[in-house]
Amino acid sequence: MDIVVILFLTSGLFLGWSLGANDAANVFGTAVGTRMVRFTTAALVCSIFVILGAVLSGAGAAHTLGTLGSVNALAGSFVAAFSAAMTVYLMTRLGLPVSTSQSIVGAIIGWNLFSGSITDSNTLFKILGTWVACPLLAGVIAAPLYKITQRVLGLAQFHLLRLDAYTRAALIFAGAFGSYSLGANNIANVMGVFVEVSPFTDFDIGGMVTFTGIQQLFLIGAIAIGIGVFTYSKKVMLTVGDSLVPLSPVAAWVVVIAHSIVLFLFASEGLEYLLANSGLPTIPLVPVSSSQAVVGAVVGIGILKGGKNIDWRILGNIGAGWITTPIISAVVCFVALFFLQNVFNQKVYREANYSLSSTAMEHLVEKGFPVEDLKEIQSKIYKNASVFRATILEKTSLTESQEAMALRFGEIFYTRVTPDKLTKIDREWLGEQRAVVLESFADRSFMYKWQLAESLARKSTQWKLLEQTAVNKVYNKQIKSRLDYIYRTFSEVEQPR
Amino acid sequence: MSKTLALFRKTRFLENQIDEFLDCVTESSLVFKGAIKIYLEHGVCDDFDASTQQAGELETRGDELRRTIEAQLYEQTLIPDLRADVLKLLEDLDNLINITQANCYRFTIETPEIPTKFHSEFMNLTDTVISCVDAVVMSSRAFFRNIEAVRDHNTKVMFYETEADKISSKLKVMAFSSDLPKVEKIHLRYFIERIDELANESEDIADALAIYTIKRSI
Repeated sequence: MDIVVILFLTSGLFLGWSLGANDAANVFGTAVGTRMVRFTTAALVCSIFVILGAVLSGAGAAHTLGTLGSVNALAGSFVAAFSAAMTVYLMTRLGLPVSTSQSIVGAIIGWNLFSGSITDSNTLFKILGTWVACPLLAGVIAAPLYKITQRVLGLAQFHLLRLDAYTRAALIFAGAFGSYSLGANNIANVMGVFVEVSPFTDFDIGGMVTFTGIQQLFLIGAIAIGIGVFTYSKKVMLTVGDSLVPLSPVAAWVVVIAHSIVLFLFASEGLEYLLANSGLPTIPLVPVSSSQAVVGAVVGIGILKGGKNIDWRILGNIGAGWITTPIISAVVCFVALFFLQNVFNQKVYREANYSLSSTAMEHLVEKGFPVEDLKEIQSKIYKNASVFRATILEKTSLTESQEAMALRFGEIFYTRVTPDKLTKIDREWLGEQRAVVLESFADRSFMYKWQLAESLARKSTQWKLLEQTAVNKVYNKQIKSRLDYIYRTFSEVEQPR
Repeated sequence: MSKTLALFRKTRFLENQIDEFLDCVTESSLVFKGAIKIYLEHGVCDDFDASTQQAGELETRGDELRRTIEAQLYEQTLIPDLRADVLKLLEDLDNLINITQANCYRFTIETPEIPTKFHSEFMNLTDTVISCVDAVVMSSRAFFRNIEAVRDHNTKVMFYETEADKISSKLKVMAFSSDLPKVEKIHLRYFIERIDELANESEDIADALAIYTIKRSI
């Protein structure tokens, strides 16, 4: 692997390390702080399950960050992760509450502003909504869970020592679940910005399991989190154990479970599929803040007990954190991008040119798009999404979905299916039938991603995306990841001749 | 997994040790009650010596159990949030055993002169004090298994302690208004207070238990 790639990935690892150092404390802090679980046990369980969660279920939340903005150059990803990590580090040093999730979202917006990309407002609002929902939901889960636990323990009448032993075991299991959820939900924060520029390729293990490029990327990020847990989290855990509202070990268990359930809800693709299959509304898969889930759960129990012990100032700080963290991170990212681009001469974003060619225009007409006023801009090339959008909006008024459609059909992405690259494709992962269809396009060039995708879909249903419903999401995702692989493999910098 | 199972095995062993220790406290109080009865009827005799010896053995066994439990609680870092409270509780309960043993020895050495007209009240005081100790042992057991019952047992402890105070005051008044020589009056008062001490100690333990219970329920 290129040394530059490794160098750039280090900022993600730095972010992973700080996440491990800080957020592992949310999972095992009270257990270790109250000496119910030994630090080495906690660190080992935490690291193993963070890695499992990240690799096995990490993709769901990562996808949402990907939709918010696609950081498409490695140096840009480096800056985004670095800015987020710096913000987390600085705010922690200043004693301000901070969330890795909010920091990375701010950094992506900073990158979007710098590169002239458009921040998807729907996704942004979805993320902002979950930030508020996350602590609330944790509180709503924790309060009845605490009540039920108390009732069960009252009926069971365990000996104090037996209860102690059960609580220890329960804290370890809850911690394992919490770590798994943390890995699944928060790996997107650490490595999400690198997904678009991942240098890893998929490979099969014994022809049975496919270890995807994203999973490899997430594995490295999760290992960084694990190192953060082992090297630095002890101090944070002991502080959390002391400084939060004094909790009994049983209450601590309730907090960890509530936190883990919330993180799991916002990360589980399996659950989303299950809900969709039963015709129920699904939960958006978004990276949420584990610290705020913990505070939400503690406050939930506090309110249940009459609300006397609650420090409302902390809640105020959290609210302020929703605003300050992303702004600081966005500013740091913007400034750092400027430096890296102009001082170090690095390419921090790949220019995404936009143009509506005659083919694109025809396509838009088919979709019922009002193109009459856009004739004069046909085939003109615009240097980024913001300029392109501004020009279109000047000419005609569009609904939000039409605007998104114009951006999708207008983004230039040259590809050429060259015979030499065809020999290198991973046929097994792609599927033989899909590979055969692809081969029939040998030597053909495409200007847009959608052009290639639609040509493939016309040739075979194997390449066709199903209707966009939550039930079909998993299948569509598989097709999309194969399409992404094709785009990456056959991409051309210049228009192919 | 085997580590978890080992933890549960050790826990069961320790639970049994705590139960055995609490049995020691109860037994020791019952031995004391029997010893007072023998003393009032026959003075220091072979049976009384046997009771004193039994009280001594229970004291030794109680000390052994307490030390084992304390060591294991520390070595295995069990109940970290309540360990200090449990250790204090065990030490205070152990002190009850020490008092009963020491009282037996005092009777053997000092052989106080107790006139017959005091016997029924003396026995009454002993019964009340032992009921008080019994209630505090029940309260301690409840602290380990069923904290909601602690309050009920503590109420009994308070009741018996007040009763014991009344009886001991009555006995002291009887003693000092009698025509016994001054020195015997003072000697009697000393033994009344030594017996009543068991109830006072029990009350202190019950007060502490009430606080430990609040801590446990948070």
